[in-house]
Amino acid sequence: MAAKSIISRPVYGTLSPQPGKQHLFIADAEGALAIAEMAERAPPGFFDDAEIVFIPGPDGKHIAALEALKPAQFHQAPSFASLLPRLRQTLANAHMGVRLYLSGTEGLIGQAMQVALETGIDHTSIQTEHRGSLARRMQCVHCKGITENVTTQPATCAHCGLLLLVRDHYSRRIAAFQGVCINAEDRSEIPPMEEIFR
Amino acid sequence: MGITFRKETFRDDFTFKNSPEHIKRFPFPFHEDAYMYAVNIEPHVVGPKGSVLENLIDVDEHYVAEMQDRALVLAEDPLRCQSLPHMTLAGWDLLELLMEQQASGYPEHFTLTRDGDRWRWINRPLGIDDTFTFGDTSTLPYGPMEYITRQSQGDFCILDQRDGNLWMDAGMVTTQADWSLDFDIGMNFFEWHAPVPLAHEKGIFVRALKFLTNIQQGKPARRLNWTMTINPRLDTSPENYHKWGPDRTTVTPENVGDKVHLRVELQSFWRLPRSNGIVFPIRCYLIKMDELVTQPKWARRLHRVIRDLPDELATYKGLTRYRPTLVEWLSKLDDGSPTSPGFGPD
Repeated sequence: MAAKSIISRPVYGTLSPQPGKQHLFIADAEGALAIAEMAERAPPGFFDDAEIVFIPGPDGKHIAALEALKPAQFHQAPSFASLLPRLRQTLANAHMGVRLYLSGTEGLIGQAMQVALETGIDHTSIQTEHRGSLARRMQCVHCKGITENVTTQPATCAHCGLLLLVRDHYSRRIAAFQGVCINAEDRSEIPPMEEIFR
Repeated sequence: MGITFRKETFRDDFTFKNSPEHIKRFPFPFHEDAYMYAVNIEPHVVGPKGSVLENLIDVDEHYVAEMQDRALVLAEDPLRCQSLPHMTLAGWDLLELLMEQQASGYPEHFTLTRDGDRWRWINRPLGIDDTFTFGDTSTLPYGPMEYITRQSQGDFCILDQRDGNLWMDAGMVTTQADWSLDFDIGMNFFEWHAPVPLAHEKGIFVRALKFLTNIQQGKPARRLNWTMTINPRLDTSPENYHKWGPDRTTVTPENVGDKVHLRVELQSFWRLPRSNGIVFPIRCYLIKMDELVTQPKWARRLHRVIRDLPDELATYKGLTRYRPTLVEWLSKLDDGSPTSPGFGPD
């Protein structure tokens, strides 16, 4: 679990079965374990109205565990980008009473929530559980480029190359933490880079 | 007699200056010889003639130059002005407020005439004479918020009120003290203030939100905030921090008086009638040290405030690098004698 820091930084919970007509799960990598553990507490037949969308990690694990829950639909996607059109359509066509469950890395939770917000779902109604890497999705405030999977503090912007302080300040709309030039005043000051988001 | 608008710049050659009359009306933000956060909100009512509160929306000698600087910022980065789709009505509310206030405060410069929904707006300093249909965005060259805030000094945030919170859902922000509208848009009151140190623990934002959500139409409120800026630069955005940040290394004992500026924000809060939103104008006033210390009381007081500022606040305000040079320079103007209570010069 990520430590709580400032108020704009997301706080994640533990998935729990919600009353609803339809249940949409989106998970990546170890996020599958959060769904499997929740399933143990779910009422019988809960997954009859559920769709699970899963992006496996590099190890390809947990697919069978999710299929074993026998959701009404199971969809495996190779990456978040490739999932995006399907997710947009699913959410746009969703009826009142659909419940959304997001689990896995912060990048996955943040980006899935971003799409949900765009379709008018209130962020407080979404169940989230963080599992796995603490790597951050970061937006450079200077060039606006997004750098994925940032694990160091400071971090180099993959686009403009500035050395950025990775702040805890987080935008749900952009689904990213803010990166601000750490040595803007004197570029010759180069603080050591530490691996802290793992 | 109208205002004589200065021809000046807030970038490159930095020709910005205050006239002697404008120095005297500067909204000096310290009522005592020390500074700490407080919920320093009071009713926004008209103040003495000749002060920045003579009109509730202040227009001054920097108006034309500030609007030119804003146009330059927007040409480079249009994301400094954004409005989420549900905020258009609030934009019309703001257009009405600013046109009414500027026209009634400065009739020699601005005229608003209304025939039902057909409005005619004349802005003489900027050479604008437009007729449009109130409520019909297609009759203006920009959305209503952008149209009127390209003609009004200060940044503007429009806050939507729902779920007992305020949401930063629209704004024109080109003269900000280091925060990004593009990043913060859509956040609630606590979220966009998240990076501010100390104030959350003191419960400042809980009390401020309670006050703001209760603001009534026709009863605006205000507060002052402050920071310091090297060179009279309006655009001290995080977006351009890598461009203006190096200015902070250029302060020397010889150039403090010309380079270091006190930057005061007169923030006001107004309930909007149709949208029930709140508009939050952040009007920025700059004064260089050479101009400020022409008022001996301000020189003595500023010395004591900057010298005794808690380190966390000095860091947050970005003063750390040049604070010793500034304090040393100001100390020569502080003979230790007492200062009179209140903001104004003696």
